Amino acid sequence: MFAYIMRRLAVAVPTLLLLIVFSFILMHLAPGGPFTQERELPPQVLANLNAKYGLDDPLWKQIINYIWGIVAHFDFGPSFVYPDRSVNELIAAGFPVTLTYGSLAFVAAVAMGVGLGVVAAIWHNSFLDYLAVGISIGAQVLPNFVMAPILVLIFTLWYGLLPGGGWSFYDPSFWIMPVIALGTSYMASIARITRSAMLEVLGSNHIRTARAKGMPEHRVILRHALKPAMLPVISYLGPVFVSMITGSVVIDIYFSTGGIGKAFVDSALNRDYAVMMGVTILVGALTILFNLIVDVLYAWIDPKIRY
Amino acid sequence: MALLEIDNLSVRFATNDGEVQAVNQVNLSVDPGETLGIVGESGSGKSQLSFALMGLLAKNGRASGSVRFDGQEILNAPPKVLNRIRAEKIAMIFQDPMTSLNPYMRVSDQMAEVLTLHKGMSKRQAVAEAVRMLEAVKIPDAKGRVRLYPHEFSGGMRQRVMIAMALLCRPQLLIADEPTTALDVTVQAQIMTLLADLQREFGMAMILITHDLGVVAGSCERVAVMYGGRIRETGPVGPLFAEPAHPYTQGLLHAIPRIDQQGEELAAIPGSPPNMTHPPAGCAFAPRCPYRRERCDDQRPPLEGFAPDRARACFAPLADVLAGRETVRVADLDAALGDQQDDQPMPEAAIAGAGMAGAPSKVDTHD
Repeated sequence: MFAYIMRRLAVAVPTLLLLIVFSFILMHLAPGGPFTQERELPPQVLANLNAKYGLDDPLWKQIINYIWGIVAHFDFGPSFVYPDRSVNELIAAGFPVTLTYGSLAFVAAVAMGVGLGVVAAIWHNSFLDYLAVGISIGAQVLPNFVMAPILVLIFTLWYGLLPGGGWSFYDPSFWIMPVIALGTSYMASIARITRSAMLEVLGSNHIRTARAKGMPEHRVILRHALKPAMLPVISYLGPVFVSMITGSVVIDIYFSTGGIGKAFVDSALNRDYAVMMGVTILVGALTILFNLIVDVLYAWIDPKIRY
Repeated sequence: MALLEIDNLSVRFATNDGEVQAVNQVNLSVDPGETLGIVGESGSGKSQLSFALMGLLAKNGRASGSVRFDGQEILNAPPKVLNRIRAEKIAMIFQDPMTSLNPYMRVSDQMAEVLTLHKGMSKRQAVAEAVRMLEAVKIPDAKGRVRLYPHEFSGGMRQRVMIAMALLCRPQLLIADEPTTALDVTVQAQIMTLLADLQREFGMAMILITHDLGVVAGSCERVAVMYGGRIRETGPVGPLFAEPAHPYTQGLLHAIPRIDQQGEELAAIPGSPPNMTHPPAGCAFAPRCPYRRERCDDQRPPLEGFAPDRARACFAPLADVLAGRETVRVADLDAALGDQQDDQPMPEAAIAGAGMAGAPSKVDTHD
């Protein structure tokens, strides 16, 4: 298992390199650049700017310089749009925010989603099942850009309970609405995956054996059914966790949280090459890491999987 | 007193296509230490009968009637009562040992939990007892293998594990639902021998559910033949096999391929089993029966005793059936059924019933 993890991590390096090269090329293929403005800059100014940021070098040289900067100095370059801030600083400022509300939303979505799904499966075709399915369909059809204004309307404008936006690491009242708005639709998907996986497991032969052994139903569920029912949920959760902690532009804009979700979209619109690359690499690295974690969890649950 | 008494047991399933009448008014009893075989083709209701006894029916299933174990009513008993009986008094082994064992748990954990649950043993004691039981079912190196997962065992070994797990609490009755169907023929024989040995050693009764007449002949004392959810014939193994008194039993025995058989064609019972959502008004076997008469189409023959310990449900006179005086020629029956059923050349269920019944050839000795 250890050797397998090491091997996977070793493969991650070329994967990340490929990711960097491809996104670098795609980014430069897109028309416009960081200094394209409505009123064109004088050619001399533009040339100077390009020279300053190395944009007049051939593309291959820019890529090599960029990668070398990361490998040698862990330097993802300066922002092209905010000249006084480096990409590292921008990510260091935004990522903890999205990591906080993203992880909380993830934990809440998993706990509630799995809970609802299990309840629905155990009491299949009963009132509880319909209620759980109803809740999850309702949650699914309310995307976060609809949830967010509804939450603000209720909790801020009507009842004045929660701040309508902003962020503080020390005051959980700022966290609540981003967590709910981000987590709801994921919770619904988790609930539906859990329900169908659980239904399938509960109909399987080894569950009948467990019942034939005279085990009380709650032990049958907890000891025999839950673990296999979690397999499809876990494979869904790996990529979901990454997209949750790397933030959502909708959440960042509605609640002015200052996370990297907004930074990423802004960088794409502004052609802020360095920020765009920085966030892309972050998401790529996290995706590789969490896919590995999913595979390890799989092997832990299913003994037939051995690496 | 009988160990297990089944009275008027019926099982119904609510489905989208209507109610399926899987088991109808079955009466059976099992004495302590006795082996009862229940024979029938796929869909005859034999497995659902056993699930009903143990309260293991699917959620849309309902059982009615009465099942008394040791004088205690267990049919539709509350879970608390059933859980004291399951594994402790009545244990069950299933057809497919790969999927019936929990593939995500070590064998030691699956077996030990039976003992920690029912006998209040510590985990360590329970695992030690599990190892002893694995040795009893002749698993080599039981101590080393108890830590393995089910997929690390071969098919036959898995069924041994399943048997060992069922016997942990020394039950008085073992229900074996097609215990050898998923196994190789050579392994089938080993498992049946093992079951017979263990049964003698532990003095337990056994209900052996199978479609394999060879298995029944080799290991049962009494047989009940099921068709369309009803018992068609019961009796001691020897006489029943020597002189089958019901046309269906006769057809089953006739369909067993013989080693000295001339010609290539396998004998099969023409037609296919009834649709139990809309069972026929009369005898369910009538459309396939070479002895059928007019009343068979609208009246159900009751199960009636005709000799000591023997009973059958058939309107055709016993003498006619025993002498093979058919009222319908098989060729006509074939043709009639063929016209009726979109020309199925070889109904699948008939092949299943015949082909699988033939695996071991012990039946020939009764000929």
